[in-house]
Amino acid sequence: MPTPSTSNPTAPISGCASGRCGSSTQQIDELDASTAQRVQDHPCYSEEAHKYFARMHVAVAPACNIQCNYCNRKYDCSNESRPGVVSEVLTAAQAVKKTLAVAAAIPQMSVLGIAGPGDALANPERTFATFAELSERAPDLKLCLSTNGLMLPRYVDQIAAYHVDHVTITINCIDPEIGAQIYPWIFWNHRRVTGREASEILISQQQKGLEMLVERGILVKVNSVMIPGINDQHLKEVSRVVRAKGAFLHNVMPLISDPAHGTHFGLTGQRGPTPQELKALQDDCAGDMNMMRHCQQCRADAVGMLGEDRGAEFTLEKIEAMQIDEHAAMGRRIALRAAINAELAEKRAARHAASAQVIALHRATVSPGRPVRMAVASSTGAIIDTHFGHAKSFRILEVTADSVHTLGTRAAAQYCGGEADCGEADNTLARTLASLADCEVMLCSRIGIEPWGKLEAAGIRPDGSHAMEDVASAARAVWQAMLESGQLANAPAHQRRA
Amino acid sequence: MALEIIAGCVNCWACVTLCPHQAIIEAQPHFLIDPLRCTECVDAHATPQCAAICPVEGVIVNELGDPLNPPGSLSPPARFG
Ligand code: SF4
Ligand code: SF4
Ligand code: SF4
Repeated sequence: MPTPSTSNPTAPISGCASGRCGSSTQQIDELDASTAQRVQDHPCYSEEAHKYFARMHVAVAPACNIQCNYCNRKYDCSNESRPGVVSEVLTAAQAVKKTLAVAAAIPQMSVLGIAGPGDALANPERTFATFAELSERAPDLKLCLSTNGLMLPRYVDQIAAYHVDHVTITINCIDPEIGAQIYPWIFWNHRRVTGREASEILISQQQKGLEMLVERGILVKVNSVMIPGINDQHLKEVSRVVRAKGAFLHNVMPLISDPAHGTHFGLTGQRGPTPQELKALQDDCAGDMNMMRHCQQCRADAVGMLGEDRGAEFTLEKIEAMQIDEHAAMGRRIALRAAINAELAEKRAARHAASAQVIALHRATVSPGRPVRMAVASSTGAIIDTHFGHAKSFRILEVTADSVHTLGTRAAAQYCGGEADCGEADNTLARTLASLADCEVMLCSRIGIEPWGKLEAAGIRPDGSHAMEDVASAARAVWQAMLESGQLANAPAHQRRA
Repeated sequence: MALEIIAGCVNCWACVTLCPHQAIIEAQPHFLIDPLRCTECVDAHATPQCAAICPVEGVIVNELGDPLNPPGSLSPPARFG
């Protein structure tokens, strides 16, 4: 029997093993403003924050309700932890005690997560009892949870009720044929379901759960395990779909496959990706979506700054002996957080100023970039407040280096006017596309996955990331991003094709 | 009548919360079923819940010692392509 490789938790590891940080500090700047605001002190999501803020996981969720071929259930969930790790299971009361003790000792603590050792939502009583108590006693902590998604739709409202603001769903595929090669079975409605049917259920629950979370304004991150030869090509499609549905980050992790872990893939010799393959896929998906590259697949009972584990300082025995003034501890955390955020805000401002200077210099010497035509779904023309499918008309803008002109308004063939219209949907969408054919970008508050794909295919890039922003400044920002990524050096896609 | 958990159980907890009679006991070296509480789920579900979620073949057996998840029943079908 292989012994679990519980790497010595007392060994000090530095907060930021900087060699592992793959993404740029610009990552957060590129998220839309309100999301950036919400993730800026989350060590797992913000490359920058992980050097200043700490997180902890409490291992209250041992059970799991599905089987992944890369998991041996002797150990923690391999979707959330490095394989081969075992966490000590806590009751909700123990978890609350531990959280309060850690948050008193480490004032950088900003996030409390439940990430196993099994599936947070396969253990709903313990998971929600922990959240309920902590949202009373340490309301300043952000709560997050990770799940395989199977039970998400059932618990979305409870997740919202406890103000959980980050949910991670592991989504390895959206095609049940591929799913059948990853998941041999799931437990569903009191029975075991196998084969393709299992994946069909799992995938539809995951997608529904994702949509329901986004509707309720809860941030969703998607994790995927890259399995060469099985889902590696497919993950680009997964990235596209989950972004269109509103996930704010996509984190591709490598399959770690070791025969000693006794997993199905380990035993059948399924290999993990090479670092080059992983990076190539991450780059491909990054073109589509903000990718996270500093994820370290922490243990389900990790404590401290990302990359370190101070769990050994907070064993149940030691916690028992600690005297904690919960209220004072919370005050210290809030004060420290404010100080760090002020410092980070200053750094961000400096970074923006620097890039503005670079642009100003460029402007004097090189071509400032060609004009870009954009369509905007807006009820008043001032704010991007309209769903693509509900737009009665589109404002057409011409954006250049120093101006945003309104060229006019074009009526939309309303494609989503309710059930009666459904048979007509394709037809009306096609008419709308034709009327926007000369635009390169379409800004709206939201858009369905179907029209998203069709707009893209027509060379019009849909962009829902500036919802509720001022039209002119959003248009400017989009133009600037296109300039910086080199897209304005070429003619627009529709002219190149013509 | 009662089921039994035998050596090979990996203490994964999956069965514990599902049991309608709280018959599963957290124990070392592996979890156990209280034979006085277990009804084999006949009164509650179409199939014994612990056996329907257990990820390990052969570790839940009936009174004859026959495994409810016999060898091969939980492994994925032979490798695709
Ligand atoms: S969801 Fe996690 S714990 Fe459950 S089988 Fe998959 S990897 Fe293992
Ligand atoms: S068979 Fe049913 S009653 Fe018996 S231990 Fe399993 S889940 Fe509990
Ligand atoms: S589900 Fe199976 S392996 Fe897991 S604790 Fe129960 S009997 Fe043991």
